[in-house]
Amino acid sequence: MIITLDSIGENQKAKVVSISGGWGVRQRLGCLGIHPGDILTVKRSAIMRGPILVSVHGNQVALGRGVARRVVVEAE
Amino acid sequence: MKIALMGQPNSGKSTIFNHVAGYKAVTSNFPGKTVKYELTKLNLLGRTAELVDLPGTYSLTSFDLAELEARKYLLKGNVDIVINVIDASLLSRSLELTLQLLELKLPMVICLNMIDEAERKGIKIDIEKLSKIFGVPVVPAVAIKGKGIKELFSTAHKVEEKKKIGKTINFSKDVEDVVTKLSIQIKKKQIEQEFNVPERFLALKYLENDSYFMENYKKKSNVLFEEIANFQNILKETHGRQSDVVISSERHHLSMNIYESVVSLTKPHTSLIDYLDNILMHPFLGYISLGLIFYLFFNLIFGAGKMVEEPLLDYFYKLIPLIGKSIDPNTLSFSIISGIVQGLAGGIAIVLPYLFPFLFGLAILEDLGYLPRIAFLLDAFLHKIGLHGKAIIPFILGYGCTVPAIMATRILESERDRFIASVLATMIPCAARMTIIFALVAFYISPQAALAVYILNIIVIIISGKILSRLLPEITPGMILEIPAYHIPSIKVALAKTWLRMKEFIFVAWPLLIVGSTILSLLQYYKMDMLINNFFSPLTSLLGLPLVVGTTLIFGILRKELSMLMLIQAIGTSNVVAVMSTTQIMTFTIFVIFYVPCAATIAVLWKEIGSKRTLFTIAFTTILAIILATITRFVY
Repeated sequence: MIITLDSIGENQKAKVVSISGGWGVRQRLGCLGIHPGDILTVKRSAIMRGPILVSVHGNQVALGRGVARRVVVEAE
Repeated sequence: MKIALMGQPNSGKSTIFNHVAGYKAVTSNFPGKTVKYELTKLNLLGRTAELVDLPGTYSLTSFDLAELEARKYLLKGNVDIVINVIDASLLSRSLELTLQLLELKLPMVICLNMIDEAERKGIKIDIEKLSKIFGVPVVPAVAIKGKGIKELFSTAHKVEEKKKIGKTINFSKDVEDVVTKLSIQIKKKQIEQEFNVPERFLALKYLENDSYFMENYKKKSNVLFEEIANFQNILKETHGRQSDVVISSERHHLSMNIYESVVSLTKPHTSLIDYLDNILMHPFLGYISLGLIFYLFFNLIFGAGKMVEEPLLDYFYKLIPLIGKSIDPNTLSFSIISGIVQGLAGGIAIVLPYLFPFLFGLAILEDLGYLPRIAFLLDAFLHKIGLHGKAIIPFILGYGCTVPAIMATRILESERDRFIASVLATMIPCAARMTIIFALVAFYISPQAALAVYILNIIVIIISGKILSRLLPEITPGMILEIPAYHIPSIKVALAKTWLRMKEFIFVAWPLLIVGSTILSLLQYYKMDMLINNFFSPLTSLLGLPLVVGTTLIFGILRKELSMLMLIQAIGTSNVVAVMSTTQIMTFTIFVIFYVPCAATIAVLWKEIGSKRTLFTIAFTTILAIILATITRFVY
């Protein structure tokens, strides 16, 4: 099933399929270790449609809801 | 010889720099605290070298202003050796920058910092193998403890002498072919010389669609531009992704492969600190802890400050009449001496007791790594005022001093966000204004009243933020922020940082304070203060403040704490309640918090957001201050 990262639940894993944002978002996420093919774990999801916290390659990254919506993933 | 410290954010560049330079660059545990570079001279085996601490950058394709500054410095071409600082516990990701640095073909040393933290996480790195792969020396270090720093610099010296350049590591064959073909075209047209970078580096930047290099080129020749587009298309067609994604994925895979070949994983040692996030980032407990931490912080500053302020004020209070006994109070020399004494007293008894515990507490929170967590917790709320979570970092720094807060807005991606965050940051009560809130409101009215001032301030900032984001309706780009691991703060480093920040008060503000209070004494002696007071009388009478307050407001523009200390001098007693009612104290405080940013802030605003927007900020805050203070007068 292919969905966007913001709809992945806490403690679930997902594999990045593509990043639908523009150049800036793609590059920025790439720098933090989020590329197509990488596996992420959603650690936390803040209240009030706040950001989500993902763990990727042993590192934690907070992504705003709007950013997470641009990351197309495949739930594992 | 020029040595540049280059690495990803939060990898410990400033810590290494401080180890060599003494505590000169502010270090904290959040990515992106260094926004401008810092220089120091050092003696390297008898040679004078210059060491530069550059802002952290994730890659050489840069986005925010701080990163661009780092890249610009590196490309300027007079760096003799690069020290690539890596957080060893984040090795695989960090290697992506290392690969790009190698493309620049500069003499280089790799410093594997926080090697102890990596081992704790169960990452054991084969240093020799890593060094062989890249063809440059690799030095392990624990910068915070000073381990490995000496070796790092002696290695850097050797590398510089031999001009040792690392290996360029090739991508997969089809991508490498495209890169090579484009490099040849670039070389033919000699474009690389214009930028002073190797042709392969430039070819990659073009394939990555790096706006800086692209724009610079678009103006000049369309022929090459077409070829670039053509090569970008080849990659896009063969890989089914944009060319920039192809290149970054290639680097990512290379890094992962290198990482896997040099690392052997063992069982990580977990410690209590790893579980801290279960509370501090919890959707419910996280907010409770946030409130609690700031409430305790507030009480600590007030408790500690009051304990010192009371006896010291008493002491100075007795001192001035004593001077009056030996020198005739109606002479000029008495005026000058009492001015100097009051300036000294103001600094020692009123400002320092609150400044020290505040700055020390802030340093501990910063070094622990709490600030990015606050950004996570408050992101949703900041969206309501048109910003995103990262903006909380300049705001929190603003409670210390507005100048670094405005500098820190550079971590925000869009110009509009930087502008809104800068204007709002000027309204946050900095440590100078904090001393006014504590020494006047908390001391003479009640600690609860002081807390209310802070809460009111936050409400006003939220409303102003809403107004500003309505005026500039543009969608904020959204937060992408690394949340670093917690570090147990070192008391020594926290004290050094507190001292660095207090130096600003002791060596800049305090002399100003003493000069200011002497000038005020002279003005009073020659009865000139009344001229200024009369000029301000429409304002002071609107706010229902004593006439003598007028002069102090001028001083407040120089330094915010001056207005309070001058107030005490102007009304002629440090027992403020004897002359001013609690309403007047409150009105005065509210006015001083919001009106015109101090001179240093105006200067940095001018540089960061431009003259027009600075003038707007001055007008906006002044009008706001008058409105709020007038309301306070009638409501409080």
